[in-house]
Amino acid sequence: MLCSHCYISNISLKIKIMSDIQSNERIRSKVILLSKKEANFAKKEIRRSKMTAFFMVTPLLVFLLFAFVAPIGTMLHRGFYSPVVASLIPDTLDKLNQWSGEGIPNDDVLTSLAIDFKRLANERQSGKIAAALNRNMPGASSVVKSTARKMRRVDDAELKANGAELLLNAHEKWSNTKIWFALRKAGETYSDTHYLKALDLERNSLGELQVREASQIYIQLYSKTLKLALYITLACLIIGYPLAFYLANAPAKTANLLMIFVLLPFWTSLLVRTTSWIALLQTNGVVNSFLMSIGVTSSPLEMLYTEFSTIIAMTHILLPFMILPLYSVMKGIDPSYFRAALSMGARPISAFLKVYLPNTLPGLSAGALLVFIISVGYYITPALVGGTDGQMISNIIAFHMQQSNNWGLAAALGTLLLLLILSLYWLYDRFVGASNIKLG
Amino acid sequence: MKKQKFPAYYSIWHKLGHYGLQYSANLVLAFLILPILVIIPLSFNVEPYFTFTEGMVTFDPDAYSLRWYEGMINDPNWRLAIKNSLIIGVFATLIATILGTMAAVGLSSKNMPYKRLVMALLLSPMIVPLIIIAAGMFFFYAKFGLAGNYAGLIIAHAVLGIPFVIITVTATLTSFDRSLYFAGLSMGASPLKSFFDIVVPMIRPGVISGAMFAFVTSFDEVVVVLFLAGPGQRTIPRQMFSGLREQINPTILAVATVLIAIAVMFLITLELLRRRSDRLRGLDEHA
Amino acid sequence: MILKRLIATAALATMLCGTAIAGELTVVSFGGAYGAAQKEHMLDPWVKATGNKILSEDYSGGIAEIKAQVEANNVQWDVVDIEVIDLERACSEGLLEVIPHSILKPGDDGVAAKDDFVPAALANECGVGNIVWTVLYAYNSEKIGAVAPTSIADFFDTSKIAGKRAMRKRPQVNLEWALIADGVEPAKVYELLATEAGQKRAFAKLDTIKADIVWFDSWSQAPQLLNDGGAAMAQSANGRIFAAIQDDKKPFKMVWDAHLYDLDVWAVVKGSKNKDLAFDFIASATSTIPLSGMPDVAYGPTRKSSTALVDPAVVPNLPTSHLDEGLKADGIFWADYGESLGEKFNEWLLK
Repeated sequence: MLCSHCYISNISLKIKIMSDIQSNERIRSKVILLSKKEANFAKKEIRRSKMTAFFMVTPLLVFLLFAFVAPIGTMLHRGFYSPVVASLIPDTLDKLNQWSGEGIPNDDVLTSLAIDFKRLANERQSGKIAAALNRNMPGASSVVKSTARKMRRVDDAELKANGAELLLNAHEKWSNTKIWFALRKAGETYSDTHYLKALDLERNSLGELQVREASQIYIQLYSKTLKLALYITLACLIIGYPLAFYLANAPAKTANLLMIFVLLPFWTSLLVRTTSWIALLQTNGVVNSFLMSIGVTSSPLEMLYTEFSTIIAMTHILLPFMILPLYSVMKGIDPSYFRAALSMGARPISAFLKVYLPNTLPGLSAGALLVFIISVGYYITPALVGGTDGQMISNIIAFHMQQSNNWGLAAALGTLLLLLILSLYWLYDRFVGASNIKLG
Repeated sequence: MKKQKFPAYYSIWHKLGHYGLQYSANLVLAFLILPILVIIPLSFNVEPYFTFTEGMVTFDPDAYSLRWYEGMINDPNWRLAIKNSLIIGVFATLIATILGTMAAVGLSSKNMPYKRLVMALLLSPMIVPLIIIAAGMFFFYAKFGLAGNYAGLIIAHAVLGIPFVIITVTATLTSFDRSLYFAGLSMGASPLKSFFDIVVPMIRPGVISGAMFAFVTSFDEVVVVLFLAGPGQRTIPRQMFSGLREQINPTILAVATVLIAIAVMFLITLELLRRRSDRLRGLDEHA
Repeated sequence: MILKRLIATAALATMLCGTAIAGELTVVSFGGAYGAAQKEHMLDPWVKATGNKILSEDYSGGIAEIKAQVEANNVQWDVVDIEVIDLERACSEGLLEVIPHSILKPGDDGVAAKDDFVPAALANECGVGNIVWTVLYAYNSEKIGAVAPTSIADFFDTSKIAGKRAMRKRPQVNLEWALIADGVEPAKVYELLATEAGQKRAFAKLDTIKADIVWFDSWSQAPQLLNDGGAAMAQSANGRIFAAIQDDKKPFKMVWDAHLYDLDVWAVVKGSKNKDLAFDFIASATSTIPLSGMPDVAYGPTRKSSTALVDPAVVPNLPTSHLDEGLKADGIFWADYGESLGEKFNEWLLK
């Protein structure tokens, strides 16, 4: 028992050596020193260690697949999948699908829809069709709702006989081919409507892509989000770089003490820091009272609930993410290089640009990418201090999740945001390495 | 001899640059810390506003009071929020720490297949915007009865804490000399014993600081709570969020001050841990 | 030992997974002074009398949250206080339970419930009327300057009175006001708002003050904005202003011109796990004595037997004393147009 144990330990050591040298051709020949039996055992051991490593990771992988990957996956699916209308009026849709697209559909379709409306109004389901249709054709919700309300009062026999006419009389919009295209579109179980809308596109009646007629807001919103993220990243860089430089070159004792100033905000609740900015920037807040008491301004400045307040609060919140990687890179740079350049008569600026800056690029890109990635998807701070101007794409996704209940569009907007973030993350992983994220 | 402050080759511009740097660094430090400090005196304001009154500036004791702290303690909503934040934080941390530490040990093995890909996946909850995570969970968790109860929030917060555990534990493992483990084996210890006697003490600081990060992440998280929690699971950040949105009231400042105190405690603990870890790994900078 | 641990784990698991404990009702209303009055006169007495628990939650109106809960099959709320402007829509979309009127208690004077309530309070099968309230605007008389506003046209006239206007971020009330300020007769407002031209006209009128509008989400922000100078004039539920004047002695003045009055009702979210408890609460909250406490915040009770108990000094402040100056909010119009106009409104905001 004991002996076999010794044997295994011995082999383990050899395996360790082996796996250490696996990639090194020159030493690999030494493997021959192992007997055949030993080599086989070693192979097995490596496989075993592979399995052990994998089994250690498996519980977490399974957990994340269920609790993280699957939820996001189903949300992405929701951007394409909208079964509501198809399940509510299947018969009418079948008939409508045979419509040529010219003029309004025949009376058969109209009557069928009128009968459906009565049923739906009684079941209190008309709102679902109204909402779905309204997304394809703004304003259609009121047409459906008021028509359903009118159909509800008509008796069944009358509806069967004169449904088409009743429908056309209920609202003038039913004589418009557009609403029928919209209904047919809303009836598709799988469609790209939400994704197109998220890109400010739509299909015309011939199915061709075109820029959305009603209003184009989302592309603009994405570019605004990127713009704000860029401002925040630049602000963090401009004010973070000198501080990181100062800390990295200060005596250890001073640096450790001053580091508290960076780490305390880092550890303080995000909501606390956002609260601070509300207290500072509001109409009769600390900054305004101070400015008015020293006479800079006679009436309070409007700072809260603007783009400005989003930028400044988020810069404050994300600054440690810039300073920490910069600091750890700068710490590793031998100050004598810079000094040598200076002592040899180089101007500080050119010495800095040619000698120091290139050396800090790893930390700089790590910090900048991290700040940019985090700020692109930020929700809380813009929601609390951004007002209407300082809203970012996350806030609009939340709006469609919680206020307009347009979950398909929220999913589509979320997917685009996710793609954006993942490509940035890919960049980060390539240039910095995901595992090199530094904390504290 | 008096030590010279600047080398001889420094010109006036160098010196100006030096002082300029010092001043701008101090300004940035002030920018970092002042907004947080400003909250503390405001939380003792006797008036229901977020601003300094004349009495406060002149240090009139009547301008200060503990009423918002009393309000926080006496309000059943805040009490429930504190309880919920602790329950959810502790259990989420447990799950994140156990699963995360195991995975980090597995990942640090040289023989781990698809290492880079797996690592990127495990760290992604930190990168994917919270709003996307929350929206996804809102639909998916409801299907499994995990919305509107503690279990769902604990699972969700565990997901968010996992990357931090992985990062901190991996960091202690990379500088950990694996031959120590094998030395243990070769001296006849079983792999399990060798693991618990040698590896565990070495990574313990990483595990603890990872757990602290996971706890703070949960303790500070609000987006997922907004989407998943029922009224019975309101947490401290959730209460603050709705308070800031709807009814700005200095009770929030009292809560904020308490949270700052907690942050200071965490900071100190983490610093002590870091020193201990460096010492264990023979990186003591004071040596 | 192991058994003990098992039991402990099981107990923990039930604690963590269990939803609301039986006898715990989630009641959602608007918070602030109104919420406090409801707590005092409706929530606390019911808790005391029945021994059940209430988890109260604030919201800022609208049907979105209810809709999200019902459609995601994740109902967290039991009882909601909802505006009639939203009630019709929520009911017609199947988001609320039908409340049988048989649960309602007779008045303290013995009159049957259906005769004791004002007819509007029972007009919708999904809700039981709670109060009559109104949306008007108010200003801070210490900060307004030389000219004080008197009409809704003044609210839209930035050249006459400068300063920010605080409005709740939604199309309801704002579009009606825009048309009235633009010269439309109050009686014709909804008819016009149903047409594309009328909607354009309303948004065009809002455009004239867009740069001067401070948007808020919750009624409790309105008095705060007037108080801290965030707005010169603020749209508000009348009760919030009344409470600020009465309790906090604020120098606020209300303008009753073109106020938009409405009922608030108690309703039960479809699929509530505590439906019977919710009905029991509503029956108790809408009985004579609890309703008679609502004039504390200048909201009129919906029962005749409660009105008889109101302090005569408060009566001039009740919306019911100003009906001729105001317009009744049209729940059916908003049921049909809420979605379309909501979307147009949001796109207008982002423009």
